[in-house]
Amino acid sequence: MPQIGLTLGPLFFHWPAERLRDFYNRIADEAPVDRVHIGEVVCGKRMPFSDPVWPEIIGRLESGGKEVVLSTLAAPTTVRERRSIEEFCADERLVEINDVTALPARGGRPFVIGPLVNVYNEATARFLIRHGATTICPPVEVSLKTTGTIAAACPETVFEVFAFGRLPLALSGRCYHARLHGLHKDSCQFTCEQDPDGLAVDTLDDQPFLAINGIQTLSAQVHAVLTEPADLAALGIGRLRLSPHGCDMVEVARTYRALLDGRQDPEGARVALTRLGLPGDLVDGYARGQAGSRPVVHA
Amino acid sequence: MSGRMELVCPAGTPATLRAAVQAGADAVYCGFRDETNARNFPGLNFSPQEMAEGIRFAHDHGAKVLVAINTFAHAGAVDPWRKAADIAAGAGADAIIAADIAVLDHMASAHPGTRLHLSVQAAAATPEAIGFYAKTFGVRRVVLPRVLSVQEIAALNRAIDVETEAFVFGGLCVMTEGRCHLSSYASGRSPNLNGVCSPPEMVSYDEDAGGTAARLAGFTIDRYKPGQPTGYPTLCKGRFKAGDKAGHLFEDPVSLNAGSMIVALRSAGVTALKIEGRQRGKGYVTEVVRAFKRAVEAAERGFDPTAIDSILASLSEGGRQTTGAYRKTWR
Repeated sequence: MPQIGLTLGPLFFHWPAERLRDFYNRIADEAPVDRVHIGEVVCGKRMPFSDPVWPEIIGRLESGGKEVVLSTLAAPTTVRERRSIEEFCADERLVEINDVTALPARGGRPFVIGPLVNVYNEATARFLIRHGATTICPPVEVSLKTTGTIAAACPETVFEVFAFGRLPLALSGRCYHARLHGLHKDSCQFTCEQDPDGLAVDTLDDQPFLAINGIQTLSAQVHAVLTEPADLAALGIGRLRLSPHGCDMVEVARTYRALLDGRQDPEGARVALTRLGLPGDLVDGYARGQAGSRPVVHA
Repeated sequence: MSGRMELVCPAGTPATLRAAVQAGADAVYCGFRDETNARNFPGLNFSPQEMAEGIRFAHDHGAKVLVAINTFAHAGAVDPWRKAADIAAGAGADAIIAADIAVLDHMASAHPGTRLHLSVQAAAATPEAIGFYAKTFGVRRVVLPRVLSVQEIAALNRAIDVETEAFVFGGLCVMTEGRCHLSSYASGRSPNLNGVCSPPEMVSYDEDAGGTAARLAGFTIDRYKPGQPTGYPTLCKGRFKAGDKAGHLFEDPVSLNAGSMIVALRSAGVTALKIEGRQRGKGYVTEVVRAFKRAVEAAERGFDPTAIDSILASLSEGGRQTTGAYRKTWR
C-alpha cells in the first residue's frame, strides 16, 4: 500500500508577516508533511503584507524537503488580483486553482484543484484532469464515499481530502469583519488580523456555530477526518489536507502522520488533537455523508 | 447597449409560466421536478411533459423558455443531469442554464445547437473565467454573481463578448452562490447538491420563556419575543453573536429591488434582467412581471430612475429592500 501523503493547505487567515515567517520556518524544519501550500486565498487586500515574505518562505520549505504549491485567490475581482493569479500560474511549481479564473492562465500545465472549486462528480473531475489537474481536493461537503466514487473513475489522479481544520463554508462579496466593525471593505483597517483563527459566531442561544474571516465564513467547529489508512487507501484517497490554524500545527501533523503510519489509532488521534487547544469541538459529519456539524463519534 | 433589455421571469409551475408569459415576460426560466435544478422545493417544477407543453405555450406567445439544470451532478449518477439536458433540448428549450462542468461539457458535445447560459451557481465573475466557459463550451450568456457593483459589471462587459444577465428583484443570497455550504453544514442538505437551502423539514419554532426560537436543524437562527411575528430561519439572514455584538452579521432580512438601477445596468451593457422567485405563486409573478415590464419600457424611453422607482413602489410588500451589491455599498 503506497503511503498516504500529508498536505498543509493554504492559510485562510490574516497573520502578520513575522508570524508567517516563524510558522513556515517551523513547518519546514519539524512538520512531517510532504507538501505545503503557500499564498493568499481569501482576500487580495492582504497580499501586500504577505507577498514580500513568500519567496523566503518558499526557499526555507524547499530546502526542508517540502514540495511547495502556490495557492491562488478564490474570489479575484480587481485587475491587480487577476494579474497575481496570472503571475502565480506562470510559475514552474505546482499551482492550486481556487477559481476558474486561473484555469486558462495555467494553460494545461499541472495543477491542484482546491476545495473551493466545484468538483462533485467524475465527469467534471475527468474534464479537469484532461486540462492538467494532477491532484483534486473536492469541496468539503463531499463525503469520503463519494470521493471514492469519483477517484475510482479517475485512477490517474491523486485525490486529497480536507481532513483537519475549521471548514471553509462560504465566500461572499462582502467582508464580514468590516461589516461587524461598521467599516467598508475598501477601508477595512484589516480588523481580520485580530482573529488568527477567524472570529467565532455563536447563535443567540450561545451555540458555537460559525466563524468569520473577512469575506469567508468557516465552521466554528474543527473538522477532523480520523479514518484508518487502509480504509482511505481502499477509497483511492492519496492525500489528507491539514488547514493551518493557531494551534500547534507541527503536533497536528505528527498526529496525522502517526495515524496514517499505523502508529496511532483513530481514537488515540482524536484524544491527541483535543489536547492541542483547538478553536472548536471536533466534527466529521461531512466525511460520513451527513450534516457537517455532526460531532466526531467517540470510540 | 442597443436593443431592448430582455425580462427573464421565474416559473415554478406550468400555471405560473403561463401567467408570466401573459404578463409580458420575454423569457421564462424553470426546471424539472428533481435535484437537477436549484429550486427543488415540494410542489414545484415541471415534469418532462409539462416542460414540453410550457415551451409550446411560450413559443406560441412569442416568449422563450430557459431551462435551469443548474445543480451539480452526483458522483456515480451523472446520467440524470445529462438526461434532463437531453429532454430540455429535445423539447425545444431556447437555452439551458447550467453550472456544472459535467452538464456544460455534455451540452457542448451532444447539443451544440442549443444555447447555453452559465448559471449564477457557477459564480463566474472575471473576464478570464467567463472567457473560459465561452471558449470551451460555447456559453452565450452569463448570469452574473450577485456580488458585483454596476461599475464592475460595466468593466466586465467591456472585457467579454458574451451577454450578461443580472438579477433585479426577489430573494438575495449574500454569499456567492454555488460557493456556499452553510445549509449543508447545519442540515446536511445543500443548494449545490440538492437544490435546497435551509430546508423546511429541518425548521422548528420552539417556544420558551423568552419567546420563540426559529431553528434550523437545532441551530438557533433567530429569536422573537412573545407576540412578535416570526420569520423563516434562512441561515444567512439570521441574528448571531460575534465579539461583543449581536445582530444580522451576514445580511439583514431584506430582498433585492434594483428597479432604480435598470438604467445603470442598461448602460453597463447588461442584456437581460432576471427576477428571482420560482417558489412564488402566479399572482405575485403576474404583478412583478407587469411592473418590471413597464419599468423596462420606461427605461428604454429614457425616463429617469426616480420615475422608474415609482412604477415599482407597489412591489415592496412592506418588506425591506436593498439594491444589493450594485450600488457598491458592500465595498
